[in-house]
Amino acid sequence: MSSAALEVNNITKIFQSEAGQIKAVDNVSFQVKSGEFVALVGPSGSGKTTMLSILAALLSPSEGQILIDGRDLSRMNETKRVALRREKIGFTFQSNNLIPYLSAAENVELMLRLNGRLGRAGKVRSRELLARLGLGDRLNNLPAQMSGGQQQRVAIARALIHNPAVVLADEPTASLDTERAYQVVKTFAALIHENDRAGIMVTHDLRMIQYTDRVLQMQDGKLVKIYKTRSEIERLAGIKG
Amino acid sequence: MNIIKSFTLATYLAFKEVIRNLGRFMLVSLVIALITLLVLFIAALGEGLGNSNRQYVSNLDADLLVYREKADLVIPSSRVNRADSRTLRRVEGVTDAGIIATSNTTILLPDEVLKVSLIGIESGHPGSPGIEQGRNLGSELAQEVIVDRNVLLRSDIQLGDRITVRSTQGTEDKTYELKVVGVTDGQLYTFQPSIFVTFSNWDEIRTKSDTELGKASTTVNVIAVKAEDPNQIETIKENISTRVENIEVTDIKTAIENIPGYSAQQTTVQTQAVFTLLIGILVIGGFFQIQILQKVPQIGVLKAIGAENFMVGISAVIQIIIVTVIGVAIGGGLSYLFSLSFPPTVPIVFNGVSSLIAIAALLLIGPIGGMVSIIYAVRIEPLKALRLS
Repeated sequence: MSSAALEVNNITKIFQSEAGQIKAVDNVSFQVKSGEFVALVGPSGSGKTTMLSILAALLSPSEGQILIDGRDLSRMNETKRVALRREKIGFTFQSNNLIPYLSAAENVELMLRLNGRLGRAGKVRSRELLARLGLGDRLNNLPAQMSGGQQQRVAIARALIHNPAVVLADEPTASLDTERAYQVVKTFAALIHENDRAGIMVTHDLRMIQYTDRVLQMQDGKLVKIYKTRSEIERLAGIKG
Repeated sequence: MNIIKSFTLATYLAFKEVIRNLGRFMLVSLVIALITLLVLFIAALGEGLGNSNRQYVSNLDADLLVYREKADLVIPSSRVNRADSRTLRRVEGVTDAGIIATSNTTILLPDEVLKVSLIGIESGHPGSPGIEQGRNLGSELAQEVIVDRNVLLRSDIQLGDRITVRSTQGTEDKTYELKVVGVTDGQLYTFQPSIFVTFSNWDEIRTKSDTELGKASTTVNVIAVKAEDPNQIETIKENISTRVENIEVTDIKTAIENIPGYSAQQTTVQTQAVFTLLIGILVIGGFFQIQILQKVPQIGVLKAIGAENFMVGISAVIQIIIVTVIGVAIGGGLSYLFSLSFPPTVPIVFNGVSSLIAIAALLLIGPIGGMVSIIYAVRIEPLKALRLS
């Protein structure tokens, strides 16, 4: 593990509604280093998805500062935020992750195309990465021709192919059965560590956090607890009694 | 991401989606092809009907037509002294003038009759048609005729044949024999092919009432005038009006617009074409709007991973252009194939200019119809789109 790829300082997000103001994220601060895989957990309405949206530069915080690879997100206009998402952030979503008319290889290469970095080497690398994820024989398959788990693995490859500083995963196992869910998260964690990226995974499935290095627990918009040690994490995951 | 990279990526995504969903996109292209077929046929019908009514007048080797004053520029209603043509030739700025006398007659064929416009002219003067085959009319009294090529297409008549025409003289039908000495082309008038004879023959053959029998006509319908300098039309019109009384002079364009029924017919056909294009815009707009609504989560993913609005918008535009161009090309090809099967009596004319205008309008209906969906695609917010997923 090395320096902080992601630095979150006193982030607050307030939504205006007819009932008044809702504080979805309340003064949250944390850091994630390169090569570290962190889980963001909490009950529904705890603010974890809002937090992930802010980290993904899809939502602006009401207050606070976010540094991704040293670049201050809160000072960027929309054009720069789009460029940051393209260059420094990798994404996997719950579902509908892939572009349906692109093959597995083309979906992964899309990130390189967006960044203007698709050369012969990029194509080779995307195929190697898919092979590493067990999809070497599915390169030319369209998403509709693959299972949910295979689609998630393609999404993981797309999230990592352009070497982003931060990789974000929103409930990546939500649509998978238990066996495939374990497989996906395990592979995801391994690639985060191997490629020295900062990974953050939002999940409601505590069994999945066993592969993470740290767990941030949110409740009512606040960061209420951080699980740092392996035994604390395994206890939370239900592995240890 | 610079513009060229965005454009390249947008083109890549647009083509990939079309190729991988060929059936769906081809269905829309086929709808556009059918609209194209309809629009091109309406344009060709407008051109054909217009031609059938005005072709002789629009192909006149003349710049002005001289009518009787208060004839409302209606050729059949106008009566001008035949002798005025000689006076008009002496007007300053006038190169030549020739009479035009119109009527209708019937050519008797072995098994049927062919209705034609009978036009009396002065051979070699404005009003007489260009000769494609054979020669011009000879002496004033020779029983000769020049026929429009359409007469040959609709019968077995050949150059050199003798034809029999029939007309009503008083209360009796009478026939006349004429020798075909020349063939001309593009001389339809009042929806009939024309035949051209000398004024004397015209006066002999034309339908007459009892009171007109045995009397030689001294009037014609209009006089065609050729100007020395077509840019000096207004001055020449003034010169003519000064020299000849009780007449009205107009240019050929105005003369065509005043052919009975011409403007009303063209407006009707153009309105049909415009409404067909509007329907096309709505159909295409509807299809692309539904497609964009289905693609909201997918566009959300694209934007979330760093695709710019410009690229998403251009990709939608390129897709619309691909579908429209394919549709118009298929429709154009089908129109051409169908046109080959029509007999000459069907007034369908694929004129280059009107077909090109129709094709340009058809190519525009895609982007115009898809405008709403393009704007919608550009405005999709990735966060909201992803929540939809």
